[in-house]
Amino acid sequence: MASFIYDFSLLTKPIHEALYHWLPPVWALIAEMTLIGLIFLLFYAVVGLFLVYAERKVCAFMQNRVGPNRVGPYGIFQTIADFIKLLMKELIMIKNSDKLLFNIAPFIVIIASFMAIAAIPFAKGLHAIDFDIGILYVIAVSSLGVVGVLLAGWSSNNKYSLIGAMRSGAQIVSYELSVGLSLITIVILAGTMQFSAIVEGQANGWFIFKGHIPAFIAFVLFLISSTAETNRGPFDLAEAESELTAGYHTEYSGIKFAFFFLAEYMNMFIVASIAATVFLGGWMPFHVSSWTGFNNIMDYIPPFVWYFGKTAFVIFLMMWFKWTFPRLRIDQLLTLEWKYLLPINLVNILVMAFIVLMGWHF
Amino acid sequence: MDQDKLKERITALVPEAEFEENKQFLTAFIPAGKLHTAAQNLKEAEDTAFDYLFCQTGVDMTKYLMVVYHLNSTKHGHSVVLKVKADDRVNPAIDTVCDIWRTAEFLEREIYDLLGIHFNNHPDMRRIFLDENWKGHPLRKDYKDEVNIVEL
Amino acid sequence: MKEVIHTPVKALEEEEYHINMGPQHPSTHGVLRLVVSLQGEIVKSLKPHCGYIHRGIEKMCEKDTYPQIIHLTDRMDYLSAHINNHGVCLLVEDALQIEVPERVKYIRTIIDELTRIQSHQLWWACFGMDLGGLTCFFYGLRDREKILDIFEESCGSRLLHSYYTPGGLMWDIHPNFQKSVKDFIKYFRKKIKDYDRLLSGNIIFMERTKNVGHLSKEDAISYGITGPSGRASGFSCDIRKHHPYGVYDKADFREILFTEGDTYHRYIARMDEMHESMKIIEQLIDNIPAGDFSAKMKAVIKLPAGEYYQRVETARGEMGIYCISDGNKTPYRIKFRSPNFSNLGVLDHLSRGFKIADLVAIGASLDFVIPDIDR
Repeated sequence: MASFIYDFSLLTKPIHEALYHWLPPVWALIAEMTLIGLIFLLFYAVVGLFLVYAERKVCAFMQNRVGPNRVGPYGIFQTIADFIKLLMKELIMIKNSDKLLFNIAPFIVIIASFMAIAAIPFAKGLHAIDFDIGILYVIAVSSLGVVGVLLAGWSSNNKYSLIGAMRSGAQIVSYELSVGLSLITIVILAGTMQFSAIVEGQANGWFIFKGHIPAFIAFVLFLISSTAETNRGPFDLAEAESELTAGYHTEYSGIKFAFFFLAEYMNMFIVASIAATVFLGGWMPFHVSSWTGFNNIMDYIPPFVWYFGKTAFVIFLMMWFKWTFPRLRIDQLLTLEWKYLLPINLVNILVMAFIVLMGWHF
Repeated sequence: MDQDKLKERITALVPEAEFEENKQFLTAFIPAGKLHTAAQNLKEAEDTAFDYLFCQTGVDMTKYLMVVYHLNSTKHGHSVVLKVKADDRVNPAIDTVCDIWRTAEFLEREIYDLLGIHFNNHPDMRRIFLDENWKGHPLRKDYKDEVNIVEL
Repeated sequence: MKEVIHTPVKALEEEEYHINMGPQHPSTHGVLRLVVSLQGEIVKSLKPHCGYIHRGIEKMCEKDTYPQIIHLTDRMDYLSAHINNHGVCLLVEDALQIEVPERVKYIRTIIDELTRIQSHQLWWACFGMDLGGLTCFFYGLRDREKILDIFEESCGSRLLHSYYTPGGLMWDIHPNFQKSVKDFIKYFRKKIKDYDRLLSGNIIFMERTKNVGHLSKEDAISYGITGPSGRASGFSCDIRKHHPYGVYDKADFREILFTEGDTYHRYIARMDEMHESMKIIEQLIDNIPAGDFSAKMKAVIKLPAGEYYQRVETARGEMGIYCISDGNKTPYRIKFRSPNFSNLGVLDHLSRGFKIADLVAIGASLDFVIPDIDR
């Protein structure tokens, strides 16, 4: 039944073999890595530009505005214009700042999000690397970004930045737990940590439907805690422009600011991708286990459309939160995690384990 | 309490008080030395209970400087105006009332800033609007500023 | 300005450090500077520094005639411009014992209440934004625009109107005035429900504001906190009720009083005030009597020598004008008792022991307009 779905390994395998045929293995590996790196860089830029544009349009929609509408049709080139502007801006060096840390902080933030994107399957056979512990890798790598945030806040020698960085640190350390635990709920159901296997496991129904109520609870918990982990929405305490002017990136300008800005959107994209992959079936079309005809029709819609559609849906949810809710306070943020989300998560895992043990899932 | 009773009450409290004709409020001049005790008494006594200082103004009457206290009782609804003169134009000083009405803390700083009346025992007697090193006090009638004020 | 501390930040928890909020800060709503002593994120004490927009209005007034002073009062609390004008007009009219036409009183009262609504709308917009709900800002400003359009139609300007003159109005209201006001009330009654849905009932919002910045009634009176902020603490200080002017004595409305006095109730007090204002306007709008839009005034207005005090209820509290006249066409001394200046005094008292995020919420709930503080 999955035969209708195009397997991208049919495309990548000949390239891989040809490279190894023409070049010595070391050079072939380097060539492959460079190729993939370049593709990801391009992808990264395009997604970043698109997300910034989407955010501005969604935000405008929520706020009775038109949004960008001057540069190009419907303002689609607005973000490109903005990035050209940011590129040309002066990089202001702060007196008394820790120069080395100040300069590398944006790179750490952006590299962390760059690394996380490698493990995500975009379509069947289309992923940079398919770890057998993919989920663990993504959880580990995505939380590296906080190091960059902390360094940025510390090295700026600005009290607002430092408060923002400290908030961010406390926040990510706490919410990392919930993200991990809600993913583990699904790992129990799927029986694997490999992304490709998780997606394949959803061929006869997405996990959010297969896993009864615990899977749905896990999805909601994941949405909340991942929004917090990306410093967005009602959890944007690290930036909190009405309290801390701009939080940890107050002192950054030009392209370094753009890096933080881009990383925020890419983190959102990564988190949404994980939500889509783990809970909503990733590139897997909408299947109902016994309706073969229906499933075949669904298969005609290409997998990357499914994948990007689901990701866009989750991203839209996150934007919706951001533009609707007021911001939490730091102690309420931590209370929410440690007193509510974490216990619910633990109970949820137990229930899920019990369901899987009894074989009650679909 | 009506105006006559208030007048009696204040006369009993401060025998030196002089009263002024005013249609709106009962107005009493209080000697500077007795201001604080009189104010404290007027606030704390059950029958007067002037708990609300709704306006405090510094005025330069050219011969002397004057601080005007507009008091109101939220309990009884009556009002009174107290006036205190500071005869010394060079180093005018009056006791603070900001321990009695907290709102006076800022109002007195404003008066100090713009009229130069020093309030004794004020916790934070600094200029509030103007620069620390500003010369003179602009609301005084003899204040001269040839740069910013254009005389027609 | 010596308080700016350039030493690098040391440990967060052990010692107090200072941050400067403002004069350029998104949530001080203007050029107000707060030097905040913090321990970690907890506010230990706070010192406001004002004067960045001090224009010496009181000094300027000593050189200006009474009709000229009206134009300066616009520039103090620019969100209550009409009400400030009303104060000066009442002062002059009472001093000269001029009976203004009924029509003028009705129009002034209606416009005052519209001013109050638009001021509260802007406050609501900013309050939402200070708490991180950016969408509120656009909702509030969208609806405020409708009132500004009404003002523009009748007064000719949108922010600094100077529409009232001693004795009456600058000119008569636009023929469309009644219709546009009624349309607006109908429109806004629907939209204010959105306000409640977006913010008032939100759980995060309630958590952020309830039991934050509690002000007792005694403190409210002692600090002279008037307006909705004072009434949320139970201080009955509505000048419209206690010393009615205009035609407030003919309108049936409620003085919003709460006893809790926290940030949430300061918020609710203002929301309820918008409802009450709409009620007042609805009662008056159909009953504007015909007649002149101004009483006969002399060309040069000279107040008899003496002292005058006039209070009006602006959107932020009690605005008092104390005027000493020596019989000339300019006042000898004029003092504006601005509600914001008194409200600023309480900020230190309210925010001690709360977090920096609460300071922003408390500051927003007191609704500062900085030009009114500095004058």
